[in-house]
This record gives sequence, structure tokens and C-alpha cells, in this order.
Amino acid sequence: MSARIGVVVFPGTNCEHDTVAGLERAGAAATLVWHREDRLDGFDAVVLPGGFAHGDYLRPGAIARFSPVMAAVARFAAAGGPVLGICNGFQVLTEAGLLPGALVKNRGLRFVCAPARVRVESARSALTSGLEPGTELSIPVNHFSGSYVCDVATLAELRSAGRVVLRYVENPNGSVDDIAGVASPEGNVVGLMPHPERASDALVGSSDGLPLLRALVGAAAGVPAA
Amino acid sequence: MTAAPAPLHRALGLTDEELARVVEILGRQPNELELALYGVMWSEHCSYKSSRVHLQRLPTAGERVLVGPGENAGVVDAGDGIAVAIRIESHNHPSAVEPHQGAATGVGGILRDIFTMGARPLAVADALFFGPPDDARQRWLIDGVVSGISSYGNSVGVPTVGGELTFDPCYAGNPLVNVLCLGALRADRLVLGRASGRGNLAVLLGSATGRDGIGGVSVLASAGLSGRADGAKRPNVQVGDPFEEKRLIEACLALLDAGLVVGIQDLGGAGLACATSETAARGGVGMDVDVAAVPRREPQMAPWEVMTSESQERMLAIVTPDAWPAVEALCGRWEVQASMIGTVTDDARRPGRLRVHDGDRILGDVPAASLAQDAPRYERPMRPPADLERARADDPSASEPLGDCGAELRALLVDPSWVYRQYDHQLFLNTVVGPGGDAALLRLAGPGLPPSERGVAVTTDSAPRWCAIDPRAGVALVLAESVANLACVGASPVAVVNCLNFGNPEHPEVVWQLSETVDGLAEACRVWGLPVVGGNVSLYNETDGVDIPPTPVLGVLGLVERLVDRPPEPVLAAGASVVLLGARRAPGAVAHPLAGSRWALECRDRRRGVLPPLDPEAHARVSGFVAALVAETIGGGGRLLDGVHDVSGGGLGVALAEMAVAGGTGVVVSGIDGHAELFTELPSRILAATSHPAALCARAAAAGVPAAVIGRAGGDRILVEGRAGMLVDLSMTELAESWAGSLAGSLERA
Repeated sequence: MSARIGVVVFPGTNCEHDTVAGLERAGAAATLVWHREDRLDGFDAVVLPGGFAHGDYLRPGAIARFSPVMAAVARFAAAGGPVLGICNGFQVLTEAGLLPGALVKNRGLRFVCAPARVRVESARSALTSGLEPGTELSIPVNHFSGSYVCDVATLAELRSAGRVVLRYVENPNGSVDDIAGVASPEGNVVGLMPHPERASDALVGSSDGLPLLRALVGAAAGVPAA
Repeated sequence: MTAAPAPLHRALGLTDEELARVVEILGRQPNELELALYGVMWSEHCSYKSSRVHLQRLPTAGERVLVGPGENAGVVDAGDGIAVAIRIESHNHPSAVEPHQGAATGVGGILRDIFTMGARPLAVADALFFGPPDDARQRWLIDGVVSGISSYGNSVGVPTVGGELTFDPCYAGNPLVNVLCLGALRADRLVLGRASGRGNLAVLLGSATGRDGIGGVSVLASAGLSGRADGAKRPNVQVGDPFEEKRLIEACLALLDAGLVVGIQDLGGAGLACATSETAARGGVGMDVDVAAVPRREPQMAPWEVMTSESQERMLAIVTPDAWPAVEALCGRWEVQASMIGTVTDDARRPGRLRVHDGDRILGDVPAASLAQDAPRYERPMRPPADLERARADDPSASEPLGDCGAELRALLVDPSWVYRQYDHQLFLNTVVGPGGDAALLRLAGPGLPPSERGVAVTTDSAPRWCAIDPRAGVALVLAESVANLACVGASPVAVVNCLNFGNPEHPEVVWQLSETVDGLAEACRVWGLPVVGGNVSLYNETDGVDIPPTPVLGVLGLVERLVDRPPEPVLAAGASVVLLGARRAPGAVAHPLAGSRWALECRDRRRGVLPPLDPEAHARVSGFVAALVAETIGGGGRLLDGVHDVSGGGLGVALAEMAVAGGTGVVVSGIDGHAELFTELPSRILAATSHPAALCARAAAAGVPAAVIGRAGGDRILVEGRAGMLVDLSMTELAESWAGSLAGSLERA
């Protein structure tokens, strides 16, 4: 049976259908989950997709982290379930304290939608397991607040523990240490600014995101159903 | 309202004759609220009173047309049970006064026109016109407009897939912001903006109503600009909330999916006054509206303010009383406010009245149709410019001497990616060709649509430099360019929308320009069998009495039968042969006309002369040939072309340079007939790159299309050899610097 993945929809989320399509291409069965749900029973993995949850008002992710579903996401993550935050989803995960650091406005103070080359830095995460470190992928970025920041101690910890999972080959937003994606200490919670679902079909430009989504689906399949 | 020095009707934009007309309709003097309703509804923006007599000459029928002009958007049958809704609108004056919010609310407004039809908005394209960016005020305008489109469009979740960018000092005081949107729906789910059913409820959805945007259509959109004083009009610009709009889109589409509404209409220009009177008039019914039931954003609003406010992100739905609980529940789920503000009436003695109440008091009582449909129509005087003949004789084709073609070519290169990198152009995973291509090419797919392998293409085009010389011939050339653009992505054109941006209609030359444009567009549409399914007219684009050049912007929709592979891009690959498709010389005395070209305008400051001729049949042959070749490729068949690009602004020189820069290769071209052939914008030419030049030329010959191998890609220089010596000899590094640096260089300056 294919892995069952819940895709969380906040008011203002807009990449939910694309994310479902990408996950299905990677072999999963994906379902939308409204932000007022407080249970994630029956899912093998959870994805927080891109968009502008609650309009990104106040600060991206700052309001979304109070949605009922986020308590369920925290429990799911604590139980070792794979959780992926893409773009706005990554911002929500940092606001919710499920990943360290924060995403601030891009260097240059402009929105950027463009292909980005990223390099797999660590295979120790639900998103990169099985990928060869050093592999370069072309995956679009699409954000205004995508510049990753964290304090010096956190950065040292992320680097030494192999929790920097993706780096930009050419940094599009000023992220510290060219960081494009990070993972939790156990590797089951991952956030990244590039959009792997937008690189899941060569017809629309690239299929380089599929290996990442397949890794997530693989990680999900390895988790016993709740 | 406080007493104004001028009579109230004039302050509201109505003439003395128009007031007399209102008195005649009502059989009495209107009160202040009624006067405010007529003021906004009879504004140029809402009533098209100066343009309607001309617009009716446009062809609107076609076998694919499901809905033509007059509704919120045109709708075309795209096949496989899918219909495509399309519309274009201007937001010029709001953007001139407050660029960020003006452009943002332009996006919001056009999206509502599309989902009002039951279609999910899938793509936006913007045509933007500014003065040159070497001026701080222009940079403020450009930055504001682009950031407004970016922040609203990206957040609301509709990709911006194309558009165009024009710089000309003519637009320094009055920039133009035109926004096109297309959406798709299941063909069997089309809804129209009309009220019906006595006792049905008028339900206002979305934002609370505030004082923002009061008089937007009359004060802003229907009067000229005058430099510094325009800052005072900033409160007439609405403020956008893309998050509210996003929820509104989802709630409205869900209401339509559930079959809970009998009619729906967006609130745009003239707010509730427009939405209530238009839905009632279209349905042939009356409506009672209670302003006390309208949720307010601020206290102490007068009833006329509530009725004419242009607060954004609001929709008016007509629902049966039985459906109301379900409507309320569904809106609650999406966190969208829904308020019963009125009822549909059908009073046999006094049919079709729009009655405005404030609780128990009746404040106004007018025939709904008189607001929506009975505005005066003006056949304003027109005359061609006095110096027309002299202007034609002043032609740069022969009189301008050869200059440094390399330097001129560099000056004509503009990389627009500074703009479109700020737009999400990928959402929905449909964008096969996005901004920067000849036309946007999208998969025809979206939530709720039947599965299909079809594709849809869209382009926005304009060329005020052509239309200023000859509006009739100019607009036909613009349509020709659109057809060629669509061909380059393999699409066949099926429908046209237009946004007619002109100056002050009280100037007879402007009315002549409008009339000539409509006739030129009508002729060109007829010859290619294209219906006009919607449009918008923006007048009073003037600054201190100086009109903009006639600026029709065309949006053309194309269809693709099967889209499973990527089309050739506008690139050269090293080793490929460069083939020019289409006739190289114009018939007649001037083989390579330069009048109206970017070269004439930007390199030599020449704005007059005689435009290149257009042969509609030859154009259809070239475009049809290329469209068929590309359609083979994207349909999963052969790939005869490695690269393709239509020859338009800047001529062959710019087309070659753009393809070379995009491909990262040099190119050597020979046999070019001087600077005139390098820069002419003679239509019906498409540049192709191929590894099989003999096969391409043979197929072209069979199709009756002239084809000439003019060069070969490779090396690290662009070399163009003329018959009388080298015209261009530049390193690709120099070329790429000019391309990438021109726009970003000036806009990233403080």
C-alpha cells in the first residue's frame, strides 16, 4: 500500500494542490488536511506546503503556528513521524519551534521566483535519505522571506550534526552558510525553501525534485501506520 | 455632505445635460444619494459613454464563444468539457497616484471578474508602460507597480505568466497598468451575473466596506492627471488584501460547486451601486438594498458612501432563502463574512426599481436599468491630426544614415527578468513557457477540471510607437504580432480581448484615434476569423492636457490540441543553422521600412513615417506553418526546430541577439541588406534555429512560406555581415552585459 501523506491547508496556503500532485508522482496517496483538524491519525507523513498562511500577516508562519493542526503536527513529529515544511511550511515549522532558526526577508528585499541549484549535503533526513551527498539538483525558489538565519551555536550544531541537508550552489536570498534546508536532530522533521513539487515534471521545467519527494515517501512507508 | 462651491452634480462628475436626463428619468429632482449613484454609474469608466458607439463595430461572434463582451469576462470553449474565461482591464490612474496599491488592486479586480464566471483564475499577464527608468520618479512608479503585482498576485495564489514592458517618455506622467487574467471552468458550470427570483436574497460576501476608493471610477478613472496635484487623489485609491481575496475565491468557487447561488457579481468600480443595479438590470428585476445591513470598516459612513465605496474583496451573491443557511455555513468554513443586505423584487406596478434603504427609511428609488444601461452615449466629434500628411512624409527609412549598428543593437537590448523574477510564475504546475518567452504556454489543468492533454497560450501585445503613426494599421500589426507569438509556442489563436488606453475623448484627435483603432482591429479580426470576447476602455490618459499615444493592448488566447512535450525556446544552440521564415522584403519602393521601429524611436528619435505593410494571408501562412511545426513537437512528435523566436520590436537584430544570449553562443549571419534589414519591424517573419536546414526549407517551400538560411550559431561573437561591410561585430560578453544590465542596472540604483 502506498504511503498516506497529509497535506495541511491553512487559509492562504496556495501550493496544496501542486504538493499533492508532486507527492502522487512520487508514489504516495496524498490528502488535504484543513488547519482546524486536531488529529493526524492514519497518516504516514505530513507536509506543510507553500503559500501565504493567514496572508503572512504579522510575520510568515506567526499566526499559523497557533492553528489546532499544529499541536497534532508537534505530536506527530515527537513520535518520529516524517514532517516536511516547504517554503511557507518551513517558515511555519520554525515559528512553531519544530526546527531551529528563522526565515527573514531576502537580501535585496525583493521577492524572487527563479530556478535555484541546490546541493544535497546530508543524507541523514527524511527528505534526503538515499541521496548521494554532493548531488546537485535544479529546484525553483519562490519567496520573499527565505533568508535563513540562526545563532552561532545553532549553526555549529547544524553543521556538526549533519543537519544542513541542502545548500544553494548560488545563494539567491542571503541565507547564512548558503543553507536551503535543515533537519531536526532525528532527521524526521525537515524544512526547505525550494519547492520540490515544482520540479516534479520535466514538462514544466525540471523533475529534479522527485528524488527528494520519493525519499519522503520512502521514509513515510517505513513508519508503522498510527 | 458639506456645501460645495460647485453644484453637487458637477462635483460628482455629471454635466448639466446629464442632470437634466436624470430629472427626466425620475420625473423629479434626484436627492444626494441618487445623484451619487448616477455620478458613478454614468462615469466614463462604468458607462463607456464616449466609446460605446465605436466598440459596437468589433466582431464578437465565433463558434467557440460561449460568452462575449458585456459580462464580467469572455468565455471560450476550449474542448474536453473545459471553458476558458479571459478578461483584460486597466488600472492606470490608481497606479499613477499610488503605484503599489493601484497595481495590486488592479490584479484583485481582474481576478474577481474571472471567478465571478465560475472559473478558477489560473494565470495573470501584465502590460506595463512607464517613462524611461533614468528618472527617480519613474523608478518609484516601476518599483511600486511591480511590487504591488508581486505582493498581491503571489499571495493570492495566481501565477503571473507573462506580460510586457514599454518605456517611453510619453508615459512619464501617466503610466499604464493593464492586467489580463485567464481562468478555467467546467463548461457546464458557467454562471452569469444576474439576479432572478422574487424574494431571493442579495448577499454581500467578503470584506467590510470602508471609505477607500470612493469615486475611483469618476474622480480617478474618468478625468485627466495633472502632475503634482494628483497626490491629493491618493485616498481615492483602494487598498488591497490578497488574503481576503484568496478566501473569497475559495468560498465563491465552493458556493458555485455546491449549486448554492443563482447569480453572482463582483464589486469593482462603483461598488454596491454597480453590482446591485447591474445584476438587477440584467435579470430584469428590481432590488431592495439596506445600507444598514452592510458591514462597515469605519463609523459614521453616509449611505451614499456605502453605496459607492470601492472597498476591495467583495462579491454580491443572489441566493434563495432556502439556501441561506448552507451559504452561511460554507462561508464560515472559509472565514468569509456573509451578510444579507437586500432582496430581489418584482413589483408589477413599479418593476425594476433599485430602492436603497437605511433600515426602515427609503433613501433612494431609481430604475436599476437607468443606472446600468441608460447612461448617455456620446458621439463625440473626431478629426484626424492636422499634420497627418506631413507626418507620413517624414519617414526615417531612407533619410537616416548608417550608424554604429553594434552600439545601436546593444542599446535596444532589455532583459525584463528583473520584473518577472518578482512574480510567482509557476504555481499550479501548468507553466510550460512563462514570462520571457514569445507567449505563455500553459497546461489546461486545474482543481476540479476534467483531465485533458490540451494546452492554452496567451500573449499580451502593444506597440504605441506604431499606433501613434497610424492607429488603424498599427493595431493590425499588433494583432499580427500576437498571432506570430502564439505560433512560436505551437498555438492557434481563438479569441481576442482588448484594453484600449487613450487620451482625453474631449479632444477630437483622440476620438479619431479610437475610431481608427476599432476599425483596424475589427478588420484584422475578421480577416483571421477572431472574435473579440471582451475589453476595457481607459480614457483621459493625459497629463496637463497632453494625451498619451493611442495604446491598444491586445490579449490573444490560443489553444493547443496536445501538450506533452516542451516547445523549442527562443534560443540558438551552437552548430544550428539560422533560418529566417517569411518574406525578407516589403513589396514596393521601401524594402525595409523603419518607420515605427524601436530603432527609429530609441536610436534616432524619429516618430513618424509610413508603417510597414501587412499581408494578412502571407502572415497566416508563416504563422500557421510555424504553429504546426511546434505543435508537432509539443504533441510528442518530431522536433525540426531547435529554437524559434518571432521578429518584432528591434527587428532581426534584436531577435538574433536575444536568441544568442539565451543560448550562450555566438552567431555568424551574412547577406543582410544594411541597417534597414537589421532593424526593420516588417511583420510576418519568424527566426528559427535548426540542425536540419534542408528539411525545414523544403517543408517551408511546400507550405508556400519563404525561407532563407542566413547564418549559423557558434563561436563567442555575434557577427552580422552586410552586403556593404560588417554591420555588427560584438563579443557575446558585451552583448550579454547590455542585455542583463540595462534594466536591472537602472532599477537597482537608489
